[in-house]
Amino acid sequence: MTLKSIPSLLGAVAVAGSMLMGATAMAEDKIGFVYVGPVGDHGWTYRHDLGRQAVQNELGDKVKTTFVESVKEGPDSERVIRQMAADGHKLIFTTSFGFMNPTLKVAKQFPDVKFEHATGYKRADNVSAYSARFYEGRYVVGKIVGNMTKSNVIGYIGSFPIPEVVRGINALTLAAKSVNPDIKVKVAWVSTWYDPGKEADAAKALIDQGADVILQHTDSPAPLQVAEERGVWAVGQASDMSRFAPKAQLTAIIDDWDGYYVARTKAALDGSWKSEDTWGGFNTGMVDLAPYNKAIPADLIALAEKTRNGIEDGSILPFAGPFNKQDGSVGAKDGEALDDGTLLGMNWYVEGVEGELPK
Amino acid sequence: MAGFDWIVPVILTMITAATPLVFAGIGELITEKSGVLNLGVEGMMLVGAVTGFITATVTGNYFLAVLAAAFAGSVMAFLFGVLTLSLMANQVATGLALTLFGVGLSALMGQEFVGMPVDPLDKLYISGLTDIPYIGPIIFGQDGLVYLSFAVVAAVSWFLYKTKAGLILRAVGDSHDAAHSIGYSVIGIRYLAVMFGGAMSGIGGAYLSLAYTPMWAENMTAGRGWIALALIVFATWKPGLVLIGAYMFGGITILQLHAQAAGLDVPSQVLSMLPYVATVLVLVLISKDQSRIRKHAPACIGKIFHPAA
Amino acid sequence: MLLKIEKRSESSRVMVYMTPIIALVLTVLCSTVLFTLLGVSPVEALNTFFIQPLDSRYDLSELFVKATPLMLIAIGLSVGFKANVWNIGAEGQLTMGAIVGSSLFIYFHDIDSVFLLPAMILLGAIGGAAWAAIPAFLKTRFNANEILTSLMLVYVAILFLSVLVHGPWRDPDGFNFPESRTFSDSADMPILVAGTRMHFGTLLALLAVLGTWIMMAKTLVGFQIKVIGSAPTAGGYAGFSQKKIIWFTLLFGGALAGVAGLSEVAGPIDQIIPTISPGYGFTAIIVAFLGRLHPVGIFFASLLMALTYLGGETAQISLGLPVAVTGVFQGMVLFFLLASDVLVNYRFRLNIGRKAVS
Repeated sequence: MTLKSIPSLLGAVAVAGSMLMGATAMAEDKIGFVYVGPVGDHGWTYRHDLGRQAVQNELGDKVKTTFVESVKEGPDSERVIRQMAADGHKLIFTTSFGFMNPTLKVAKQFPDVKFEHATGYKRADNVSAYSARFYEGRYVVGKIVGNMTKSNVIGYIGSFPIPEVVRGINALTLAAKSVNPDIKVKVAWVSTWYDPGKEADAAKALIDQGADVILQHTDSPAPLQVAEERGVWAVGQASDMSRFAPKAQLTAIIDDWDGYYVARTKAALDGSWKSEDTWGGFNTGMVDLAPYNKAIPADLIALAEKTRNGIEDGSILPFAGPFNKQDGSVGAKDGEALDDGTLLGMNWYVEGVEGELPK
Repeated sequence: MAGFDWIVPVILTMITAATPLVFAGIGELITEKSGVLNLGVEGMMLVGAVTGFITATVTGNYFLAVLAAAFAGSVMAFLFGVLTLSLMANQVATGLALTLFGVGLSALMGQEFVGMPVDPLDKLYISGLTDIPYIGPIIFGQDGLVYLSFAVVAAVSWFLYKTKAGLILRAVGDSHDAAHSIGYSVIGIRYLAVMFGGAMSGIGGAYLSLAYTPMWAENMTAGRGWIALALIVFATWKPGLVLIGAYMFGGITILQLHAQAAGLDVPSQVLSMLPYVATVLVLVLISKDQSRIRKHAPACIGKIFHPAA
Repeated sequence: MLLKIEKRSESSRVMVYMTPIIALVLTVLCSTVLFTLLGVSPVEALNTFFIQPLDSRYDLSELFVKATPLMLIAIGLSVGFKANVWNIGAEGQLTMGAIVGSSLFIYFHDIDSVFLLPAMILLGAIGGAAWAAIPAFLKTRFNANEILTSLMLVYVAILFLSVLVHGPWRDPDGFNFPESRTFSDSADMPILVAGTRMHFGTLLALLAVLGTWIMMAKTLVGFQIKVIGSAPTAGGYAGFSQKKIIWFTLLFGGALAGVAGLSEVAGPIDQIIPTISPGYGFTAIIVAFLGRLHPVGIFFASLLMALTYLGGETAQISLGLPVAVTGVFQGMVLFFLLASDVLVNYRFRLNIGRKAVS
């Protein structure tokens, strides 16, 4: 190839490319998803991508879903969100807390595009906030594990001490203590959302310290593999992880975004979309439990189901008093329950959790 | 003595946490001893991890899986060799690019294998011996790769200090011009060293995907390749110390998790800093003493060699 | 060997300009294979990677936003690399620059003064330089290898940031989420082109490129760096202090990395978050070498590097290619560029029918 022909080659590439681009522009509406991790993480992002696929399957050729994975929280996310908006996406889901401010910034520039931000607390006319009350799932799980444990020690693998995680620890502890007052919850913070090796190490450490049930607020199935090998119980996170621990997994707290994503997409298509604040629990289907392990006695399953139904119809509130904080002060009085604002900023343990909450 | 019961499990966990570091560290040690700095360890480990996992899932043969991981790692290292040894590209930049490439390539290869479980590598069990309290499970209850990691360290140690080939390797790393003038093929020796490093990184990665956490997930090495690099400095380029250092690096994390689980108040980020701070301190201590650094650190590390003739 | 590589007596001027083109051609050829294997039209894919991210004014501004930190860091590092000072810890220096620079805002967030931002930039430079001073001190005082010390300090800096952002620096109204309050207007980098995110940091980067060029070409320091880099002993005879050069180059690189960190948090990020940089400090090392350590080269290399990231995002949106492909593609581009550089200083010669003379 001679030097001269290179510019013409580049030109040809550009022309052919733009023709192709023109050809692919169709009448379907584009729905975008921005992910913080790779779709292959088998955890958080994986579940959101299943939601995307549900939208695509449900609405078929009416929509074209696109996604960008492993987007860093920072300047990159704003660019990606903006690019999707400028590219004619009708509705864009941004699925990590760190995308909150970038989403709002872009939303201001694109008032006609609709945005949905997961796990944040800020909204705008064209930005909805949505999140799931995973703590409801942990509360139900607490009723089970409080009875299943023989050592009365429950191990909990935490990622970062943010309210979302602390809420889960507290909900679990309150439920477990309600059926077994001797329960202790030990927490190991791994300072990462995702490091299979370190998560496995934390599970081992907790088991070695006497825990015979392992819960996690991290993304990989590694802790379940450890539980399976060590012959203790575990609870899956985000997905049904029983493939990794057929004997050990009691159940799993499943993130299920499918229903929400399909409903919001439909709303965006038929014009009924409004900015909303959704914090959905069992009642919206966002939180679900994987099939119970056969080893759980029937009366426990009944208790769990009763609790779940109670949460669903509002008769049971996980953070209803009376209970104390770890330091002995009152968490909520009898007949009271914590409001959403308190839950959103929760930065203290309830009684029964061991160790100090890192600050 | 109930008070000491925690020791055995801690040691068992440490062994698992340390083994991938031992492999990656000992491989990179040989690479660096030959005078080459390959910062692509993380990328090579990931490609090894995914290749090992795929081979194990498809064939069910773990021996083959480890072999394939070693091969994949050394192919990556060969690529690095072509660029830095034959084409004399800068080693630091090429190593970083190799990691970028390896992260992407492994993710691409593993797409169909995410979320698939695989049986963990078998552990040794000798009736009677493995059942000995305390030392039984530690000494006689490991998987094959753990024993291999010790064997490799011993072999590398013997090779470097007791064989002529090891002497030549060190000579190439210390003064490539001198080695060349005596008539040794500097480039050829470095190719072998780099590819050995790649093979070991590959096995280290496979240990993660087959034994440590038997599964494949993108980026599952989570920075262990970089720790391996720190480890070599910490070990002052001595194979035996790589082994000890790997157990210390692995051990700090484990102890920290145990302390937390026991309810002790430890700021986890501060503790996580310790290995890196310790490495800097060790480096200062050994570097201060000129004769010691000269004895162990390869003088030509990172320098490009081109035969002047 | 059939093919022999010979050192040229002097660098080839032609090859300086030819090698990027050779690398481009090789990339096009190889990626044709890659994309065909992945079932994507290579023409469309290349168009998406290289042309589409440049097709509007806004996209161009984004290219500069992405390239700014790379350019600032790479130009700073290149000076050290020329003197054989291997600072690979720019990621940590960037982080410390961001931390020290924004500490002024975090602790005095009510200040509304035109001097706030300049003071923050200055502190950012000081923070980066201070973090780089550690390897400089350890190198000059204890002879500790700066490659390794600067790399280790990266992790310490990132963990330190994590302590702050999960602890005392959290936004008091932020529900305990790990991020600081957003910067006020007087702490924000001014926007250069209305309607874009191109900020004052880009101007700083361009100034740094220009300034470094002048420094290297015209000043005594630049001359000393070049001499020490190519022949340390000769530098010694000439009375140049190698220690001074180590100090200077590390502080210089650290300061620019610190400014890069500060201009990210006071620019497009607008607050302190747990991950300030997606590895700019490391990517910039590749950029520095792609640019052959020359200011002009670094200018273009940082734009090219930024382009591959932008292209990767576009490829995901419009072609549905996974992000993994971007990694493989980037790796390939970098390999070819790094490999073809050999032609600048060396030439290939076929050894057929001729005995090697050695």
